[in-house]
Amino acid sequence: MAWLSTHHVNVAGLSGAVPKQAESNWDLPHFSEAEKKLFIKTTGVETRRVAPKGLTTSDLCFEATEALLNKLQWEKEEVEVLIFLSQSRDYYLPSTSTILQDRLKLSEGCITFDIGLGCSGFVYGLSVISSLMQSGQLKKGLLMVGDVSSATCASTDKSTYPLFGDAGCVCALEYTPTAPPMHFQLNSDGSGYEAIMIPDGGIRNLVSEESFRIRELDKGISRSRLHVALNGLDVFSFSVGKVPKSMQAFLDKHGFTPADFDYLLMHQANLLMNETIRKKMKFSPEQVPYSIRDYGNTSSASIPLTMLTELKEALSTKKCHALLSGFGVGLSWGVMSLSTNKVVCTEVLEI
Amino acid sequence: MEIKSFIHKLEEEFEELEKGTLEPTTSFRDLEEWSSMYALILIALMETEYEVAITGEDLNQIETVQDLFHIVEARRKAS
Repeated sequence: MAWLSTHHVNVAGLSGAVPKQAESNWDLPHFSEAEKKLFIKTTGVETRRVAPKGLTTSDLCFEATEALLNKLQWEKEEVEVLIFLSQSRDYYLPSTSTILQDRLKLSEGCITFDIGLGCSGFVYGLSVISSLMQSGQLKKGLLMVGDVSSATCASTDKSTYPLFGDAGCVCALEYTPTAPPMHFQLNSDGSGYEAIMIPDGGIRNLVSEESFRIRELDKGISRSRLHVALNGLDVFSFSVGKVPKSMQAFLDKHGFTPADFDYLLMHQANLLMNETIRKKMKFSPEQVPYSIRDYGNTSSASIPLTMLTELKEALSTKKCHALLSGFGVGLSWGVMSLSTNKVVCTEVLEI
Repeated sequence: MEIKSFIHKLEEEFEELEKGTLEPTTSFRDLEEWSSMYALILIALMETEYEVAITGEDLNQIETVQDLFHIVEARRKAS
């Protein structure tokens, strides 16, 4: 197990943006009323935000960042590191973070790079940026997370399309000698790489004419090899099995109990999955907020989006201690503890 | 562990299912209401109620309620 602790880095601000257009799962075609009811009850997803063609994750992150820097009153040239963590980059190359450096008018002396992770990404991303910043040489940094998943889910695939929503969030971090440590426990299981994947379009399976062909794989499941394929049952049993074990190891290692945390902030994967984890870990319902009903599974943006939509008041006015866990595509998962103190939060912007 | 209480637990979770529908020999896939959502509910229930991990592959292999019951029983003994 990979254990890591970082020091002296504080979450200064949080912002997020979603597309204006909402779709309701009550309007799903090809679903009977009973199917819709069972789907919404089980997954927890009632509405999702869907980006119009061409609106990118970086567009959402850009707007969120402009609003946040303005509210934090940070000067653009003070930002020395920008990490863009996403699986829906603007281009195959170059990296999106570099484009954002220019678009945000950050200095040329800013470190920029992309990280290609999904549901586990917010936890992973915080481990990377806080590691870079903890020596105090970089004072201010931005971690952007999120995905426009609607672009790669086939609307004719009932196993993916009704689950995912689009969102981009940004977390502003600041070197602060008095900040409490962040503790991490990070994991990978690449044997499950096929559980969530877009098979074609990378170097392994170069895009070809065949990649575009829509196949009917099952009733209500038609997609091409450029669309995301999800083996929901495998991801489900992976998550309810591995995640609580990691959380328990984390609690044991640091001598924590569920009562030591104000919140358990989980990746918003699926309500039944998350509730199964919550019950196994014996956290109370009050400790576990959800944004999944209104926004769906928003990939790496789901934890900060939940913080903004459900906990903005608490986060911006007092100290909070939270256990965070991201898990999914990779397969990849991580657990961390995060202490915050009066985070500057914006509204969730609608683009 | 008795199959009767096992079935009772399943019927509590499958709200849409009329009580008394499930027998030990009932095939899951023959249920009119059967869907991938039911599969998720089964995996979640086995995890919370019996602390037994069931995979999608397990569910593909089995047919009936008692098939699942036997897997759960065997894995509880093994752990």
